[in-house]
Amino acid sequence: MKLHGIGRATGLKEPIIGRVLTEEAPAELRQDSVLVWKQLNQPSDTSGYLALLLPNAAPRWLSLSPLIHSAKSLDYLSDGDVIYVSPNGFVRTLYRKNSTSNFLLATDQCNSFCLMCSQPPREVNDFDRISEHLRLIDLMDPETRELGITGGEPTLFKDEFLRLIRYCKDRLPNTALHVLTNGRLFYYREFACKLGEIEHPDIMLGIPLYSDVDSEHDYVVQAKEAFEETVLGIHNLARYGVPVEIRVVIHKQTYRRLPMLAEFIARNFPFAAHVALMGLEMFGFVHRNFDELWIDAHDYQSELLKATETLFLSGLNTSIYNHQLCVLDRQLWPFARKSISDWKNIYLDICQKCDVRDDCGGLFQSAAKKHSQHISPIRITN
Amino acid sequence: MGQTEFQPSAYYEPSGRYRLLPFRFMQFSDTQRLLVNEVGEHLFLTNADFNEFVAFRLDRRSDVYLDLKGKHFLFDSESTAPFELLALKYRTKKAHLSGFTKLHIFVVSLRCEHSCHYCQVSRVSTDRALYDMSSETASRALDLVFRSPAESIKIEFQGGEPLLNFDRIKQIVQEAERRAIATGRSVEFVVTTNLALVTEEILEFLRDHAIVVSTSLDGPEFIHNANRPRPGNNSYQLTIEGLNRSRAVLGFDRVSAIMTATGLSLQHPREIVDEYVKQGFESIFLRNLSPYGFAVKTQRRIGYSIDEFLEFYKVTLEYILELNRKGINLVETYAQILLTRILTPFSTGYVDLQSPSGAGIGAAVYNYDGNVYASDESRMLAEMGDEQFRLGNVHSDTYEQIFGGHSIRAIVRSSCVESLPGCSDCAFQSFCGADPIFNYATQGDMIGHQPTSEFHKKNFFIIKHLLSLYHSDATIRKIFWAWVHNVHVGEFLREVAA
Repeated sequence: MKLHGIGRATGLKEPIIGRVLTEEAPAELRQDSVLVWKQLNQPSDTSGYLALLLPNAAPRWLSLSPLIHSAKSLDYLSDGDVIYVSPNGFVRTLYRKNSTSNFLLATDQCNSFCLMCSQPPREVNDFDRISEHLRLIDLMDPETRELGITGGEPTLFKDEFLRLIRYCKDRLPNTALHVLTNGRLFYYREFACKLGEIEHPDIMLGIPLYSDVDSEHDYVVQAKEAFEETVLGIHNLARYGVPVEIRVVIHKQTYRRLPMLAEFIARNFPFAAHVALMGLEMFGFVHRNFDELWIDAHDYQSELLKATETLFLSGLNTSIYNHQLCVLDRQLWPFARKSISDWKNIYLDICQKCDVRDDCGGLFQSAAKKHSQHISPIRITN
Repeated sequence: MGQTEFQPSAYYEPSGRYRLLPFRFMQFSDTQRLLVNEVGEHLFLTNADFNEFVAFRLDRRSDVYLDLKGKHFLFDSESTAPFELLALKYRTKKAHLSGFTKLHIFVVSLRCEHSCHYCQVSRVSTDRALYDMSSETASRALDLVFRSPAESIKIEFQGGEPLLNFDRIKQIVQEAERRAIATGRSVEFVVTTNLALVTEEILEFLRDHAIVVSTSLDGPEFIHNANRPRPGNNSYQLTIEGLNRSRAVLGFDRVSAIMTATGLSLQHPREIVDEYVKQGFESIFLRNLSPYGFAVKTQRRIGYSIDEFLEFYKVTLEYILELNRKGINLVETYAQILLTRILTPFSTGYVDLQSPSGAGIGAAVYNYDGNVYASDESRMLAEMGDEQFRLGNVHSDTYEQIFGGHSIRAIVRSSCVESLPGCSDCAFQSFCGADPIFNYATQGDMIGHQPTSEFHKKNFFIIKHLLSLYHSDATIRKIFWAWVHNVHVGEFLREVAA
């Protein structure tokens, strides 16, 4: 699915963030809006919008608001979406009203350097992006069910991160927040305390943990002492009542100790709200570290089964993400979730013949070329 | 930050020598040693690996090394994480200590119309003045209950047969509810009764105040009536009738039962379990006779050795597991308590197996005459003429004198397994507890002599047996976890549908 496009901009001096309108609106509703005008005729009044966005070539008529024309393939935009338009005509979708997988990419910076990062960090000073995020939150539909906050490492914003969460609580009180963080900064108890004090009604911090042993975790995230910071960070969050989800990405460096990691989680984090055991996304750094990371999911089913059983029997809410049913041991099917965000979710051609395709989470788009050798249609015979 | 290249795994490996964290161990089988750390996490090692481990010769890349490290048996860096995690887990394991005395047992009457062979205390008598708790005594006892710092309080009515003094139960429930509201606490009630005397009026009161019932069921009619004589020899019939009426009014799961094994019971493990299943119970507590009260006098007639009981326990547990495998949900309560201690990071509220002992600091008994005892067993000793564990009297002593006096301090001092001879280095220490009152009653000394103690023998045997079962069979593992969570066994055993 395409989420960006480019057009030709005129009259746009600086980037804008606005809410998509596909119909003309009364003057008082225009100031935060971009009118996406797909018709050939002239709108009755072009004044007061942040911009007008046209798929077609430059119109004969004059626009009283800044104009981006020749912006092709805008079909995906619908009312209530939020877009970012830069003065050079680049259009990026920040929020889709009808999607269940909206996320806010807080920063490109990170204090870890994970071998399999799908969103490799960049060393940039982008702290000013916070105002963009606050603006986006203002423009989002207050009925949005869930919003993800990711990065990079969003907590690197420190106090501004807390401000962001508080802002979400104020503006989007009915929206569940799911924050992806390595949890390392919550090693500092005061930071965890401040997050707890916000008392967001529906927040979950998804924190990765890759081993029960520090050296293995630190190697995967390429940061010494990361294990210590994360593990104690998780405890600090629990101390201040912030729900934590533990996320384990399974690959060649993590599959062997998966059963022991499950026991470690059950013993040390029995309060975890959820544990997600996740297949590898073939994206970003994965290609650079392919030999260190790749293992066919078929080859770690016994470890995955043992780990899942340990977590389940211990009473932890456990899910398996990013695995195809045909590759999973059947005992694990009840734990498999359709976890891949809609915009990067695919099925293979052979999946057409599968009887359980509708229950299967499919593959990442990035797995089209490299995936388990054991993907094959399942036929159910009664 | 600013990293652009990946470092090899060796870069993240510790360089120093490893050191040991506190743990205890035992030879579990000919080839295996069991290691248990300070917070009750366990691990089996081969004899050879164990020897390498304690000689500091383990290869730091070996699975054994990493297993020991992940479970906090060793540490190898300056990181404080292992200690902070252990500290938190230790606090969790000892969480039952916070809040001090939570269970308050009221002996509202010593009278009973039963004359059970193993009963420790009750009297067949109609003299209310002599054996019933007075209204004033009840009020004074409640004063003490609500001096306890516990946020949630449990009041249990015992006897004798407590329903013989039902007016007192009513008074205590109503007063306790009032005081709980006034002090912002929660209070719940249990009545331990043989159900022979239960009436609609009583049941409606129990229902209206959410009081749960604990009754006695020793097995099928011939065992139950033999163990629990009463005029008319109809205890079984009255118990079952009372059970059904109670369930109808209070709700099916508001009534539980406990069994006490006599010599006769030991001959009929299956019949006893079948009776529990037939009556729709989902738990059974296999209890041996205690060395107090009338049980001692009748020991020769109804008793047995601890070895005989443990054989009975093993056989009965096996049968219970057989039923569970078929999807019949039946929990053995003692195993459930021990398994929770072995398999989870949590503590259990069961006062008879704590360190320090729950006697006094976890539970207290207010006897009909106003005497306060550290435990049910303490008042039974007193009935036999030994006042060693009388903490005071509600009419003459203050809260501080009763709950901070010499007697309670001596109990606590003598019941920390961490420092008791025979317990301090036992691999099962963190699963177990101390019973200074039992030690005193049977060995004349609160510290006790573990090698000859029946308390030790029982717990050592059952813990070892449960560990062996858990690690021997995948289905048993699932059954045990279902017990720990109080989840219907079918949910954990269900075959996954294709």
